[in-house]
Amino acid sequence: MTATASLQRVSAPPPDLSTWERLKSNRDWLGFWFMLPTAAILILFLAYPLGKGVWMSLTDVKIGRAGQFIGLENYHELIVYDKTFRNSTLFTIAYTAVASAFKFAIGLYLALLLNNNMRFKSFVRSIILIPFIVPTVLSAIAFWWIFDSQFSIISWSLKKAGLLSENINFLGDPFMAQATVIFCNIWRGIPFVAITLLAGLQTVSPSLYEAATLDGATRWQIFRHITYPLLTPIIAVVMTFSVLFTFTDFQLIWAMTRGGPVNATHLMATYSYQKGILGGQLGEGAAIATAMVPFLLAAIMVSWFGLQQRKWQQGAKE
Amino acid sequence: MSNNTLSSGTATITEGAKHLADDHSDGMSYLETTRSRLVTLWLPLGLITFVLLFPFYWMALTAIKPDHQLLDFETYNPLWTWEPTFKHIHKLLFESNYPRWLWNTMYVAFAATFLSLMASVFSAYAIVRLRFRGAQTMGALIFLAYLVPPSILFIPLSTVIVAYGLFDSPLALILTYPTILIPFCTWLLMGYFKTIPYELEECALIDGATRWQILIKIILPLAVPGLISASIFALTLCWNEFIYALTFISSVPNKTVPVAVVNEFVDGDIFRWGSLMAGALVGSLPLVILYSFFVEYYVSAMTGAVKE
Repeated sequence: MTATASLQRVSAPPPDLSTWERLKSNRDWLGFWFMLPTAAILILFLAYPLGKGVWMSLTDVKIGRAGQFIGLENYHELIVYDKTFRNSTLFTIAYTAVASAFKFAIGLYLALLLNNNMRFKSFVRSIILIPFIVPTVLSAIAFWWIFDSQFSIISWSLKKAGLLSENINFLGDPFMAQATVIFCNIWRGIPFVAITLLAGLQTVSPSLYEAATLDGATRWQIFRHITYPLLTPIIAVVMTFSVLFTFTDFQLIWAMTRGGPVNATHLMATYSYQKGILGGQLGEGAAIATAMVPFLLAAIMVSWFGLQQRKWQQGAKE
Repeated sequence: MSNNTLSSGTATITEGAKHLADDHSDGMSYLETTRSRLVTLWLPLGLITFVLLFPFYWMALTAIKPDHQLLDFETYNPLWTWEPTFKHIHKLLFESNYPRWLWNTMYVAFAATFLSLMASVFSAYAIVRLRFRGAQTMGALIFLAYLVPPSILFIPLSTVIVAYGLFDSPLALILTYPTILIPFCTWLLMGYFKTIPYELEECALIDGATRWQILIKIILPLAVPGLISASIFALTLCWNEFIYALTFISSVPNKTVPVAVVNEFVDGDIFRWGSLMAGALVGSLPLVILYSFFVEYYVSAMTGAVKE
């Protein structure tokens, strides 16, 4: 407190300073100057487009043609007549739910494995992160080749092992294609979840585990009653980010299937690109993008408050 | 251990970390036998690592396989080659636009990272240390900006880019990438700046230093690890960015590697896989090499941003 007081006394300008001096030394003005570059970029290229996107979704603007205000017609059109939109919405939800669940489960398992005392720990940790370093599109292209309909190495291995007689049509069959892109998303997301959860795990003191073992706790009880409660704050943040990035995924789908076959793997983001940029219907594209916002907010709320509340309840019980 | 807010959660974590540093015990690993460790630890770990890394092996292998082995899985074992060739990579580097695309990617990534780092240093310092009116709100708003994904912005942003006359120029990417990077860098640097003691600044203020001098001569030298972490992470984010580069750049020579590999290599040629994989490999290698030098910084950026 004394530190704050003395700071204020030092930086408070004497009354006879010129305007320029005051602009240079007043706390609020100084804050303003320091925030200026960040604020300028975020307002010009983030806040303004965000607002403009909502406005565009209410007009029939096309590439090269200014739009007229048409109210909610775009949304009406999409929801009532556009089967691809409805399917892409459903698939986006399924994609996010399934991929996030697996990422969480496998990521947590991997983090628990890595939290053991073992040799080469930091080496293993650094190679596990490689899928997260390599640009998604480039690894998606590798997957495209791995899941090729004729020359898939997976089909080849399974045939060699005698488990299969025909090639698997990974990206040609709608359901298989959906499963394949979800697999790739999980593959790409596991390192992030695992390494961030590992950072959380490393802060749990081993003496807690020792005490629990002395009291006769099983491995599962130790996990359930010590590790998991202590980890909840980090899980909440990690899963919020994971859900957010999965729901708005674009590049993985675009590199592997471009929404095909028969639009089965369109996510809302890829469909909005197809309609808005490739099809030139900027208004409708913006409407699809804007339609993602409520889902995003809901997903963030669920993963954030759901986990926060559980933690709060546990806190209240003690 | 009742943590009602995230910040107190973070506090517990730091305390825990301190505690852990004092604790020299081996934990309970002595309770496990070698054989059970093999089954419960090394086997699953090996399996997961194999799945995580196999695509890169396959990518690298395909990139150096000669054409006649690419699709012939019966005569040649597809999992190995005894006749590695640099044909695909050579073709990529000397007979295509690839070096140009690589240059574009690097140029955009470095410029956007530099710009974001500058802006973030100022804003993070202002929010943490100047405590101007509304500093808390600013911090919260910047965090919210972190949660706005590019895929809901690219359509309106493309009209904005056209209106500013930036379409198809690298500047469009250099100015839009910071919207992804600044929120992240600001939050990361705020965490670092908070750990620098107030007393240092007070001494400097008493000695008559201006805020600018304090920032340049005291805060920044102390925050170098944070700056490295933020820039490494920001670079990889730029390199990875796809949707803005796909939407805002139209002419072939101006493209970045991810977009060019997806759009320019996909012709009807059945032997295209060699050059495609070479393109993916050469596009990933610089990042992986960079990462291998700064693993610790990278991990601290990733976990730091989550913990804040």
